[in-house]
Amino acid sequence: MVVQYLLGNEAIAHGCLEAAVDVACGYPGTPSSEVIDTLRMDPDRACKVEWSVNEKVAFEEALAVSWCGLRAICTMKHVGLNVAADPLMTSAYTGTKGGFVIMSADDPYAHSSQNEQDSRCYAKFARIPCLDPSTLQEAHDMVRDAFALSEEFSLPVMFRPTTRICHSKSDVNLGDVVVSERTASFEKNARQYVVIPAHTRILHQKLNKKQHALKKRLVELGYNRYEVKGKKAVICGGVGASYVREVIGPDVSVAIIGAYPIDEDWLREFISHHKEVMVIEELSPVIEEVARQVSGTIPVFGKMTGHVPYEGELAPDRVAGYLKAAGFAVSVTYQPAATPAALPVRPPILCAGCMHRTAMYAMKKVFRDAIFPSDIGCYTLGIQLGTVDTTICMGASITVASGMSLAGEKRDIVCTIGDSTFLHTGIQGLINAIYNGANITVVILDNRITAMTGHQPNPTTGLTACGVATPAVSIEAICRASGATFVETVSPNDLVTFIDVLKAAKALPGVKVIIARQPCVISEKRSRVVRGRYTVYQDRCIGCKACIKFGCPAIELKGGLASITDLCSGCGVCVQICPVGAIGREVKE
Amino acid sequence: MSFDVMIVGIGGQGTILTSNILGKACVIEGIPVRGAETHGMAQRGGSVESQIRIGQEFGPLIAPGSADMLLSFDLMEAVRAAHWLKPEGTIYTSREFVIPTSVFMQDFPAPTEQMLREMLGDRPAKIIDSRALAEEAGNILTQNIVMLGAASPMLPLKKESLQEAIRRTVPPKTIDLNLKAFEMGIDAGKN
Repeated sequence: MVVQYLLGNEAIAHGCLEAAVDVACGYPGTPSSEVIDTLRMDPDRACKVEWSVNEKVAFEEALAVSWCGLRAICTMKHVGLNVAADPLMTSAYTGTKGGFVIMSADDPYAHSSQNEQDSRCYAKFARIPCLDPSTLQEAHDMVRDAFALSEEFSLPVMFRPTTRICHSKSDVNLGDVVVSERTASFEKNARQYVVIPAHTRILHQKLNKKQHALKKRLVELGYNRYEVKGKKAVICGGVGASYVREVIGPDVSVAIIGAYPIDEDWLREFISHHKEVMVIEELSPVIEEVARQVSGTIPVFGKMTGHVPYEGELAPDRVAGYLKAAGFAVSVTYQPAATPAALPVRPPILCAGCMHRTAMYAMKKVFRDAIFPSDIGCYTLGIQLGTVDTTICMGASITVASGMSLAGEKRDIVCTIGDSTFLHTGIQGLINAIYNGANITVVILDNRITAMTGHQPNPTTGLTACGVATPAVSIEAICRASGATFVETVSPNDLVTFIDVLKAAKALPGVKVIIARQPCVISEKRSRVVRGRYTVYQDRCIGCKACIKFGCPAIELKGGLASITDLCSGCGVCVQICPVGAIGREVKE
Repeated sequence: MSFDVMIVGIGGQGTILTSNILGKACVIEGIPVRGAETHGMAQRGGSVESQIRIGQEFGPLIAPGSADMLLSFDLMEAVRAAHWLKPEGTIYTSREFVIPTSVFMQDFPAPTEQMLREMLGDRPAKIIDSRALAEEAGNILTQNIVMLGAASPMLPLKKESLQEAIRRTVPPKTIDLNLKAFEMGIDAGKN
C-alpha cells in the first residue's frame, strides 16, 4: 500500500487498475475527463483505452465488452448520460457478465455544465445500483469494488462522483495494480441479448426480482452505515456527508448513504430511534423521498420543507447554516465573511490567437443581424462576441438552426459547431437539414482536438487516445456525402479570404458548410510551433480601439494607445484589423 | 481543525502546481490534506482558485471568512479573494496584476495598483515583486514558487518537506531553478 496526493479522477483511474479493468472508454466532459486521460497516459497500462465519438457509443461498446465476460468502464458526465440513456435503460434488462461500471460525474452548481441534473435519478429509473462516494478514498475503493458488485448481480453499476470528488485532491491509500487474465468470449443467448417483446417481459421481471437482495447487500457491504448518538439524526450522502461530518454537533446521529437503492427496512430502523430527522444531500431529494416513505410520524427536514435548496452545491458553512436553522446542534460557528470587493469580473476568455475569436469576428462582420445558434465547446465563449444566441446540448446548433429555418425565420441563420461536437451528434443534424431543405450556414470550427475538456484527441486528430496514428476523418467528405454542395475549407486567420467565403455563403440558398480549420493555439504551443510575436508601432497607433474591440487578451490599452503583451501567439489577425497599419511583426534586436 | 490556504490567480499562473507542492509536502509529513481546484474551461484566462486544507480529514471546501492564508499571483485576484480570509489571516500576493480584457473592450475604468492596495484594507499583507525575483532566479514562470517561498515560514510544514515536494513536482530540468526561486521568495518574505 502506498499513500499519494491525487486528484479524485486519478484515484478513480487507479481503482480501475486495481480491479484489473480490461477496457475503458468514454467521451470527455468536465468533471469526468481525467479518468480516461490518466489511463491513456499511463505507460504501464494493461487495459485497452479509447475515446469514443459520443457517450452512447462508449456505453454500448463497454456493454458488449462486459457481455464477452471482461471488465469495462465507460465514463461521461451527467449530461452525457442523457446521450447514453437509450442503452442504459435496456442494459439493466439484459444484464451483464463481466463487471460493467458506468461512471457518470455530476456537477452541482454547474461549474462547467449546462444543467444540474442528478444521475442518481437515472440509476433509480433504470433500477440499477448507484455508488456515491463522500471522499476520495471512498471514490477509489468504491470504483474498485463496483466491478465485483456488477458481477455478483449481473447488473450495470453506476458510479456517480461529483465535481468536488473528481476535481478535489487528497492523500489516498492505493492498492496494487492487478493485470487481467480474462479472455473475451461471447456466449450466444437470444433470450438475454435480443430484447424482442417476448424476451423483454421476462427480463423486466428478472430485473425487478434482483432489487430486494441488492438493497440488503449494499448495507452488508458497508456503503450505507449509521451511528446512533442522540434523539436527532442527520442522513446525508455524497460529498455532502463530508461537510456534515466536519460541522455536526457531538450528540447528533449520522447516517451516510453511499449506495442506492436504499434498504427501506434498514433506514426505518435508524429513523425509529429518533425524534427528528434532517436529510442533507446535493441536487435531487433522492434520500429524502425514501426517508419520508419510512419515517411514519417522525418529522423529516430537508429540501421538501425548504430547509435545504434543490439547486447549487453544499459547503461546510452552508450545511452548518441549514442544520442550525432546523434546530440541529453544530460544532463549528462560522463568522460572517466580509463583503467581496467590487472589481471587474475576469471570466474565462478565448486564448490569444484562438481561431474561434477570428471566425466569430468575421461572422459578425458579414452577417450583422443574423441569428447565431451555437454548441458546447470553447467557442461557447463567443457569447462575449455576440455570436452565440443559443446553446442547449452537444450537437444542437445545426438542429436548432434548421428548426428556425423550418419555422420560417427571415433573418440569416449561422450556426457554429466544433469538430468533436460535429462528430458527437452534429452529423445527424446536418443530414437532416440538407434532407429537409433548410436555409442555413453551418460553420464547423475544426481545431483538430477536443480542446475545452483538456485536449483529448478525436477522429479529426489523426491519433487515438493512446497516441497511435490513425486515419483522420474527412469532415469535407462527410458533408458532401450528406448532400451539401457548398463546402469550403478556409483558415479564419486568413481573415480576408474567410470573409469572402462567408459572403459567398450568404448569397446562396440551402445548407452552406464552411469548415474553419486552424489548429488550437494550445496544441500548437505544445507541439512547439513558434510564429513570433506582433507589436504596435506606438508612433502610428491612433488609439481607434479597432484592435481592442477584437477582444484578444494579448492586446492592452496603455495611455490611450494599443500595446501587445507577451501572451501574443503570432496569429497576425490584428495586423489585418488595424486600419492604419500600426501593427507589425516584432523584430528582435 | 486544519490550516486552510486559498491560492488564487489567473488560469495558467500555476495555482494547481503550487497546490500540488503543498499536498505532496503533507503526504511527506504524514498529515491528512484536502484540496479543491478550478478545472476545465474556467481556466482559460479566468480567475482561478485552489483551496488547500492542511491537516483536514473531511471535505475539500473552505468557508468564506475562515481561510488562514491567502496566496495570490495577481494583486487584483488577491483583492477579489480577500473575503475568504479570517480577520487575522495573512495575505501574500504578487505586486503585478493583469487587467481583464473586458475592461478595455467596454471602456470601464481600470483599477490602479494604489487602489488595489487600499482595497486590501488593514489586513497583514506582504506584497512581493515576484516577477522581478523570478526573472532574477532565471525564469518568469517561477513566480508561483517565489510566492510559495515567501509564504512558507507561515505554513505548518517543514521547509525540507516543501523543498522535497518541489523536487517531486516541477519538471526535472527546472528543479535547481525552482529551488533558487523558493529561497529568494523566503528572503523577500522576511523584508
